[in-house]
Amino acid sequence: MIEIIDLHASVEGKEILKGLTLTVNPGEVHAIMGPNGAGKSTLASVLAGREEFEVTQGSVTFEVKDLLEMETEDRAREGVFLAFQYPVEIPGVSNVNFLKTAINEIREHKGEDPISAKDFMAMVREKSALVELDSKLASRSVNEGFSGGEKKRNEIFQMAMLNPKLSILDETDSGLDIDALRIVANGVNKLKTPNNATIIITHYQRLLDYIVPDFVHVLYNGKIVKTGPKELALELEEKGYDWIKEELAL
Amino acid sequence: MTVIEGNNISFTEKLKGTSLPIQQEDLATALETLAVTSMPTTRVEAWKYTRLTKIGKVNFTNEEVAVNSIDNYRICASEITLVFVNGHYSEVLSSRQLPEGVNVELISKSTHQLEKTSVKLEGEIFNATNTAFLNDGVIIRIAANAVIEQPIQMVHILKGDHVISNFKTIIHAEKFSKAEIVQGFFTDEGTSNFCNSISEINVAENAHLTINKIQYESEESFHISTEEVQQATDSNFKINTFTLNGGLVRNNLHINVNGKNCESHLNGAYLLKNKQHVDNHSVVDHKVPNCESHELYKGVIDENATAVFNGKVYVRPDAQKINAFQSNANVLLSDNATIYSKPELEIYADDVKCSHGSTTGQLDEEAVFYLRARGLSEKSARQLVVSAFIGEVIEKVENEEVVTFINKKLKERFDWNI
Repeated sequence: MIEIIDLHASVEGKEILKGLTLTVNPGEVHAIMGPNGAGKSTLASVLAGREEFEVTQGSVTFEVKDLLEMETEDRAREGVFLAFQYPVEIPGVSNVNFLKTAINEIREHKGEDPISAKDFMAMVREKSALVELDSKLASRSVNEGFSGGEKKRNEIFQMAMLNPKLSILDETDSGLDIDALRIVANGVNKLKTPNNATIIITHYQRLLDYIVPDFVHVLYNGKIVKTGPKELALELEEKGYDWIKEELAL
Repeated sequence: MTVIEGNNISFTEKLKGTSLPIQQEDLATALETLAVTSMPTTRVEAWKYTRLTKIGKVNFTNEEVAVNSIDNYRICASEITLVFVNGHYSEVLSSRQLPEGVNVELISKSTHQLEKTSVKLEGEIFNATNTAFLNDGVIIRIAANAVIEQPIQMVHILKGDHVISNFKTIIHAEKFSKAEIVQGFFTDEGTSNFCNSISEINVAENAHLTINKIQYESEESFHISTEEVQQATDSNFKINTFTLNGGLVRNNLHINVNGKNCESHLNGAYLLKNKQHVDNHSVVDHKVPNCESHELYKGVIDENATAVFNGKVYVRPDAQKINAFQSNANVLLSDNATIYSKPELEIYADDVKCSHGSTTGQLDEEAVFYLRARGLSEKSARQLVVSAFIGEVIEKVENEEVVTFINKKLKERFDWNI
């Protein structure tokens, strides 16, 4: 689904990603873990198309297309979704109204007709129930006055509404209490199909008790230095990252 | 009698003095003012950021002409619609099915003298011009206890090159009445035309009056409005000013809160592009205790446009227990866009709750990115964020037809599709 080869990216002249390679196939869940400053969020930002990050080398192919050549909105329309680490509050912009605009722009991009108001509302009801998001919150201003947990649930609600092929969850678990974490994880699990894929960027192993990854990657100093099964996450949680440094003589 | 000497003002040279029944004293003051006053320069504090040179260079004329239709200028479908072209009443385009409790009188048809004006004439060149060359005006009286369901709509149209309209609106909202006035200002055709308008508004005891004012003149037009408002005890006055187009626009809004327990609401939105210049000057003068005023002005300024906001709130020595809130927020969409914002509070009482604030920033790029990451085009995302910003002011308008009209004009001018 997505093939990242030797990706180098810098911000303000400083190289953060230094040759990252990763392939994700449909139906897979990949966890990317790593210490602070390893480049986890940079990866998410580069994939979503943030302009302040400059790709200096390497390639990212999404299905058959060159992802790096696409505008942010076209990436979203092709089926890439980023759940933000810090969801933005947008006063005055209604959550559901903007989602309707987004869905219709995506449908237009695919040559489909706009969604009917009735179908849309039915979808809002169904998908907000998935993440136990109060339907009142769904129609309020985007993230305005939402608690931390509500913001993250709103991200997964949007993910459910947009039905992406590839979801990148950037530290979606940070700051969540165990109940919110379960709800978010449950939402992600329910959205999983053999045709879509998920990249989970996280600091903590905890989330991976609820969303079981097929692969765990360790990102260190801008590169993936180790890949293993889900048990690797437990080992990281227990032992920290230093042993990997030693093992790999980094 | 209208030969004005001894100053550097040529813009009134071709105009004919008014023949309307203005108080002799006012006329004399106006002429005297014009004789001794020069066009204000930017050294004058009130005009510090608004250059009037362009107005001073035009030799204005006034002609009574016809326009074919007001389809583009009709804000709401009210049966009380008064249309004025270049400051002259158009019988054909107007609809005067007045309900009980509304009285409309044209100054040109009036048999008695106007009352002495409440606006300042000394040193005020545009007020003096309006008085000395008044084309026509209207006196609207809402009878005591009358509740007028339909808005009273006034449509002002400029047509022709170098045309000036000197127009006066006098509104008497009598005791316990309730009414809404909708005002629209438009350019039909022509360049360098000038709408110079004065409104004298009296809101009597316990009366409720709302004015929705929409300015949509052309980028080659000048517009100077002065609203002088008097509020009596227990009254409620609300004015929403939307400046959606216009070359050089100056709004002088002066609210005198003379009676206790009043509410005053002043909301404004201005959206500018190209080389537009829009200047909102407001004064709320709290003279007595136990009143509240709420002022919210928001602007979006693009390209090479300039906006000015100067809002002054006075709380006089005896005016205790005043709640006065003022806020001005601006978004600059281009590096060449300019805002001069000056919120001012002058408080002479000690038991009051007052706040004022001014913010200026760029569009929240993080919000735009967030929306794009959900599939919205950059254009839609920007529009959505801008319209949400301005939406806070539009929400203050209760009349749905007015809201629809504003959105229609925003689409027309800025290609908004919200």
